[in-house]
Amino acid sequence: MKTIFAKSVPGRKGVWPGETEGQITDFVPEDLLREQPPGLPEQSELDVVRHFTLLSRRNFGVDSNFYPLGSCTMKYNPKFMEDIASLPGFTELHPLVPQLRGAGHYTQGALEVIYETERLLCAITGMDAFTLQPLAGAHGELTGVMLIAAYHNHKGNKKTKIIVPDSAHGTNPASAAIAGYDVVSIESKDGIIDPEALKAALDDEVAGVMMTCPNTLGLFERHLPEIVELVHSVDGLLYYDGANLNAILGKMRVGDVGFDVVHLNLHKTFGTPHGGGGPGSGPVGVNKKLEPFLPISRVVKLEDGQFFLDYDYPHSIGYIAPFYGNFGVILKAYAYILRLGREGLIRVSENAVLAANYLRKKLEDYLHIPYNRTCMHEFVASAVKQAKNGVRALDIAKALLDKGHHAPTIYFPLIVKECLMIEPTETESKETLDQFVDDLIEILNIAEKNPELIQQAPVTTPVRRLDEVRAAKKMELKD
Amino acid sequence: MPYIPHTPKQQQEMLDTIGVSSIDDLFTDIAPELRPKSFDLPQGQSEMQVRNHLEKLAAKNNTDLTTFLGAGFYDHYIPSAIKAILSRSEFYTAYTPYQPEASQGTLQAIFEYQTAMCRLMDMDYANASLYDGGTAIYEAIMMAVRATKRKKIIVSEDLSPIYRCMLDCYTTNLHLELVTVSHNQGQTDIQGLMDQIDEHTAAVVVQNPNFFGCINDFTPLFAKAKENGALSIISVYALLQSVLKTPGQMGADIAVAEGQSLGLPLSFGGPYLGIMTCRGKLIRQMPGRIVGKTVDKDGREGFVLTLQAREQHIRRQKATSNICSNQSLCALQSLVYVSLLGPKGLKRTAGSCIELAHYAAQKLTSIDGVTLLNDAPFGNEFTLRLPVSAYDIIDKLIPHGYVPGFPLGRYYQGMENCLLIACTEKRTKQDIGILAELMRGALS
Repeated sequence: MKTIFAKSVPGRKGVWPGETEGQITDFVPEDLLREQPPGLPEQSELDVVRHFTLLSRRNFGVDSNFYPLGSCTMKYNPKFMEDIASLPGFTELHPLVPQLRGAGHYTQGALEVIYETERLLCAITGMDAFTLQPLAGAHGELTGVMLIAAYHNHKGNKKTKIIVPDSAHGTNPASAAIAGYDVVSIESKDGIIDPEALKAALDDEVAGVMMTCPNTLGLFERHLPEIVELVHSVDGLLYYDGANLNAILGKMRVGDVGFDVVHLNLHKTFGTPHGGGGPGSGPVGVNKKLEPFLPISRVVKLEDGQFFLDYDYPHSIGYIAPFYGNFGVILKAYAYILRLGREGLIRVSENAVLAANYLRKKLEDYLHIPYNRTCMHEFVASAVKQAKNGVRALDIAKALLDKGHHAPTIYFPLIVKECLMIEPTETESKETLDQFVDDLIEILNIAEKNPELIQQAPVTTPVRRLDEVRAAKKMELKD
Repeated sequence: MPYIPHTPKQQQEMLDTIGVSSIDDLFTDIAPELRPKSFDLPQGQSEMQVRNHLEKLAAKNNTDLTTFLGAGFYDHYIPSAIKAILSRSEFYTAYTPYQPEASQGTLQAIFEYQTAMCRLMDMDYANASLYDGGTAIYEAIMMAVRATKRKKIIVSEDLSPIYRCMLDCYTTNLHLELVTVSHNQGQTDIQGLMDQIDEHTAAVVVQNPNFFGCINDFTPLFAKAKENGALSIISVYALLQSVLKTPGQMGADIAVAEGQSLGLPLSFGGPYLGIMTCRGKLIRQMPGRIVGKTVDKDGREGFVLTLQAREQHIRRQKATSNICSNQSLCALQSLVYVSLLGPKGLKRTAGSCIELAHYAAQKLTSIDGVTLLNDAPFGNEFTLRLPVSAYDIIDKLIPHGYVPGFPLGRYYQGMENCLLIACTEKRTKQDIGILAELMRGALS
């Protein structure tokens, strides 16, 4: 499909903002102005609306397709949260208003949303305090590692290393490295952390351990109590990557079991659509040990019920974001938690885990399941059997697109060959899950008899397999 | 069970298939001693109840204020067609385009966004967006550190103090040398910045218009940086870039911006949009997602995520950054905005803001004791020096429903009497007239 730049018609006008009286050159010297106008599209409003409507039809979204993308939690996002986030009382609010002396009472509603969301997240995770500032999950990881660093610096500890198990999210080692730490990887045993390997890697220079639990294989870390004890024995801190919180709501609170820092992905667990890759929100929770280091500002509730922004935290790491986080996303999470409540949140995890185990069981005779035991909200299958016949995980993924399903995550985690990581989520019906299973089995049957048919997939999508090597070599990154 | 479709009968069928008798049997890996001490949350509520509650909270925020607040975040008009397009659920309920054949809509939109940002900034490459304008500056600095293998970063004091606070926070443990060069009565001290550039300098960082509203041409500064093997980083006001001399024209190596002014609501601080563009040679140092054009096996044009070998899911601790998501939907929003307005509409909008700001400056400086901080050219925003504290003026005007601007004393010592005033096309000459009368009254 032509780009909007290729469709541009010189001289055509779209939305017209109204006339001005003067010329810019009346106000700004010419040598400070650009010589040529930017080559942006010249299109009518209908041209633009139609272009993007056509583009939208070349996309899979949760509203139109099953999206079992492991590790990404692509569940249905209730529509009313979109309405809530577009209330003008929130969208038209300038973030600097509460920073004007005496103007805090003009933003009480927004500050209350922040305060109450933090309180609810504390109740959900068992942590003592939260900051909502981090703007995405990986941003939350970075914040968490910076909090760990601040704790050790404050105590005068000399710590240089962070341990990241090979079953943790790929962002974990990157976040630790970017915060200035050396990253030590440890190998899993039977799909979970091996306490012996951890023991061997632990020493006084370890600042912390970053854990994903359930991990990227969809397995619960059964040695958790031992791990907590080991890490704390060297004054290391335990970080919980909360991207998989969907699996444990009401079943475990990370604060209760001894984690010191946690980040959550509000967009995954609490009902914000993924937007094609963002925006997200990655709040960070801490226990009392780390609370003094949280970013500023923090929202405080006074005895008279008024809320205000408090900057008076001398040990704070400072500003992680320009303001108070991705407020629009926070709003949706707040509305979602209120809507579901205690019982509703527990049911989320129960049904997410139920659906994942149901799919695992239905598929175990067709795909190799490397760790075939009760999984949490996702599980990893492997196409090693099919690969012998020339049909790889990638081919199966593409064939699923032809069936109208988005493919599972493939080739992640890196520790499983030909892996397909499947996460059905709690919002998909049994009928959808059964259809997915039927379609996948049909693909696997064809793969056995006619592998070249599957290697040809997809055939129904607007484009077929794209040449990624050429994209990286030729680098056409703009029109 | 809100949003969960299974009937009890279906649940039982699923449990039977798995071969367990109850849902609890699926959680036996979580030992009893790991179970929650409490899960003290309110009972669920109906959609209507939650909506009523949130509507009440929204109403507690006063959005009837006529504000002249800017400081990097602006109250621009958002055309209705943007919401209509952004409401297409195929866009907003999709994920990062890992399966390109099923995500051509998102991928092409990002490619077009990259194109639009390169053209706006006059630069070679753009990524698929970052979290916000502040984190974009930080990522730009890290690019410069990687590219030059040097540690000294020169920052102009009139770079947004909000972003400078963020930089301090992000660089605490990184052993970088941040050197801040003071402003001169609100004007960027270009000579002072030049004097700091040496063979240890990784980057020099400036902003246009600067935090006080002044417009500059940094061409000589950037040339000096280049001579010394340092990179030039410029943070700009995205909307005004439709009329101002471009980063590319000035010779910048990396140009970043907060994209909020391109069709995104203020939303009490987010989600916003970090725009990042760079010169060709730096592309492999650029963090985040990038979309490239290619062909499919039938020779048809299509788009894919590219240069992923720099990224965290492949390189883990050796990645260029830890960024996993981008602000895809916000990037789409800004693309739709610039497409709807086109080059002429953008220029007219920017022109309208600039014209109103100059009208306001003229009106307000006609008040006794009120002067402009300096006589440098400015765009949509300018700084007044008042005979009293800016906070006092704000205190007096807010009850009338007017926020006259941002008090610079909040970030700059000795500037307690300075007020930063922004105009957008949503303000009118009448609003400005009332503002001037209120201020005159407050000062008499």
